[in-house]
Amino acid sequence: MDLTPSPGDESFRAEARAWLAAHVPRTPLPSLETAAGFAAHRAWEAELAADRWSVVSWPAEVGGRDCGLGRWLVFEEEYWAAGAPGRVGQNGVSLLAPTLFDHGTPEQRSRVLPPMARGEVVWAQAWSEPEAGSDLASLRSRAVRVAGGWLLGGQKTWSSRAAFADRAFGLFRSDPDAPRAHQGLTYLMFDLRAPGVTVRPIGRLDGKPAFAELFLDDVFVPDEDVIGAPGEGWRIAMSAAGNERGLTLRSPGRYLAAADRLAALWRRQGCPAYAHDRVADALIGARAYHLFTQEAASRFLAGAELGAESSMNKVFWSEYDLALHETALELLNEEGELAEGAWAEGYVFALAGPVYAGTNEIQRDIVAERLLGLPKGRR
Amino acid sequence: MRFLLDAEQRAFTASLDAMLTAARTPAVIRSWSAGDHGAGRALWSRLADAGVFALAVPEADGGLGPRPVELVVAFVELGRHAVPGPLVETVTAATLLSTGDRARELLPALASGRTTATVAPPAPTDAPTITPDDDTGTGTDTAPAGHAPAPDLYTPALEGNSSTPGANSSTPDANSPTPEAPEANSPTPEGTLPVPEGTPLALDGDAASLRLVVDAEGLRLAPGHGPVRVSLDPARRLTPLSPGGELLTERPPVEEAFALARLATAAQALGVGLALLDRTVAHVRRRTQFGVPIGSFQAVKHRLADAKIALEFARPLLLGAALTRDPVDIAAAKVSACEAAYGTAKAALQLHGAIGYTAEYDLSLWLTKAIALRSAWGTPRECRAVVVRGR
Repeated sequence: MDLTPSPGDESFRAEARAWLAAHVPRTPLPSLETAAGFAAHRAWEAELAADRWSVVSWPAEVGGRDCGLGRWLVFEEEYWAAGAPGRVGQNGVSLLAPTLFDHGTPEQRSRVLPPMARGEVVWAQAWSEPEAGSDLASLRSRAVRVAGGWLLGGQKTWSSRAAFADRAFGLFRSDPDAPRAHQGLTYLMFDLRAPGVTVRPIGRLDGKPAFAELFLDDVFVPDEDVIGAPGEGWRIAMSAAGNERGLTLRSPGRYLAAADRLAALWRRQGCPAYAHDRVADALIGARAYHLFTQEAASRFLAGAELGAESSMNKVFWSEYDLALHETALELLNEEGELAEGAWAEGYVFALAGPVYAGTNEIQRDIVAERLLGLPKGRR
Repeated sequence: MRFLLDAEQRAFTASLDAMLTAARTPAVIRSWSAGDHGAGRALWSRLADAGVFALAVPEADGGLGPRPVELVVAFVELGRHAVPGPLVETVTAATLLSTGDRARELLPALASGRTTATVAPPAPTDAPTITPDDDTGTGTDTAPAGHAPAPDLYTPALEGNSSTPGANSSTPDANSPTPEAPEANSPTPEGTLPVPEGTPLALDGDAASLRLVVDAEGLRLAPGHGPVRVSLDPARRLTPLSPGGELLTERPPVEEAFALARLATAAQALGVGLALLDRTVAHVRRRTQFGVPIGSFQAVKHRLADAKIALEFARPLLLGAALTRDPVDIAAAKVSACEAAYGTAKAALQLHGAIGYTAEYDLSLWLTKAIALRSAWGTPRECRAVVVRGR
């Protein structure tokens, strides 16, 4: 057992660090939940992609560096330590792309992934529906077979980034007569500017349009935009959901950097005693998350499937993120009330953590039933 | 980078687990708590045969070590089975004795299990800034009525003695009165030697054959010990050690040894937490209320899921700290493992109901240890201060 990086990893780290030092914007970009901020973040994705830093773990032919999970973790540490901007393409990169690598056709990969890597096409997720939150299997929006493709109808909601994004991906009921709710679902990609699509931005708590409702009225999707076989959507989507909760949605590098910033804020404010233990716990939590991820990555690289442990991961990072930001706001004293600045922006974002990507209640059920073997019961 | 236990390490874990399961530790723990060390000593030699103590002894002195990762793995199992005795202290002693010819002569017997050792933790030096409003819980109201301190067993602080008041693992505040052990559980004053008031408490000074004291001159072999003090964990019998005695070495590797003690304690705590979780999961699957197993209730599931998550995130911190041996990493592992174990203990007690609150039910053997280990070899407060101070 060891934690020693290979010489190759260290030179990769040095190369990433040097590039970031030369390119990270001196002043923070505007919030990516605003039109101007979204455009600025797209431009940053393009700058990253120009030197193949936007998706380092992808194969070279679709814009990556073929560098694997281990170096992805190294890159993320350097990325967040450098104070680089949040990633506007994350929905596509962490949810859709892994699905396409596993279940997409070569044509889909070569058509969809390169523009995603360059930030030219930013993807929104379209999982949730008004009556289907964590209970995704109950979703009702439909896909009806027509010549050469499908017609989508119904409503999606809480669609992250959809206010400014270009395309979306989600599950649709293609066989209403399937014997079980999980069956008869199809995984499709569609254009948010296609005829029949209405996007209604929804302000989150701070009023910024961080998500949207999508109204779909006979939206045509060609067969080439179906991922996997029709009716197999649930199985295909679940492999991506594991990804979302697990390794790639929240990199440890992000929290190592955030904990250091929190400790710096605490010192700047005169090391108030009331926050001593919480600052310590933020530092400890970041290291715990980092090492937990290293262990999971080692297991993954040794050929293991990542299963229900991604649910532990999701509960941990979402609660960690919130506690970290709560401490920061308190350390800011009266200014903690102000809705400006990176801590406030991060706080509002963190508030949603325990809700999205499958609520923490659902994740705890998964941990209890699949990892501890407790009996199923009423939710 | 391959941050996973290898096949040999996993096999070592499995063999210790099998051996300790067969040893039926609850009976051993109960007799140890009553001051009868026979069954504990027998188990001790089997642990030594399995190589546990040799892991801390350098190869040149008849050991296999130092091998901190294997030690952590072993101590998780010792905690899972709540093995009593100065386990942490013996591996700490192995490091303390690793320099100086006279000291090293004692090592082969430690590695082979022929001797057990104890040593007192150092005075806390990591006290963070404390403001009056957060300094609560001094424990001044916990002294049992009718048990005043027994001053006749104490002598005034000896000249040149380096011990520091309050530097032990059972009195949270040096200024509070020190509760005395109930008489029924105290050994007879015969066989104990005077020790200065405020001397740090060492685990099982009455059972250990080597009692080590670190003072300004170096590492000494203490000539005796003071009275046994009762821990919240009855299996942890704490004694002050007498000053003076033979000087074994002038330059013991104190920092390295005490860091290892903290790491091993953290590992032991994680094992205690894992055992509490396993036992509680088994209980809530079996126990029915309202016609169904209580483990099917979401409120019950979520408490146990939280315990599982806390324990699983503490484990890599421990292994990472064993690899780096950095005091900051070790302190982080200690906080994380001890708090995870303590949180699991509270969930275990709640979900067992009243039976969990009884001493006769075996769960108590782990519950009380989870509580006591929080303050052994570095309180959460001391360890958090090390983390905040950083590298």
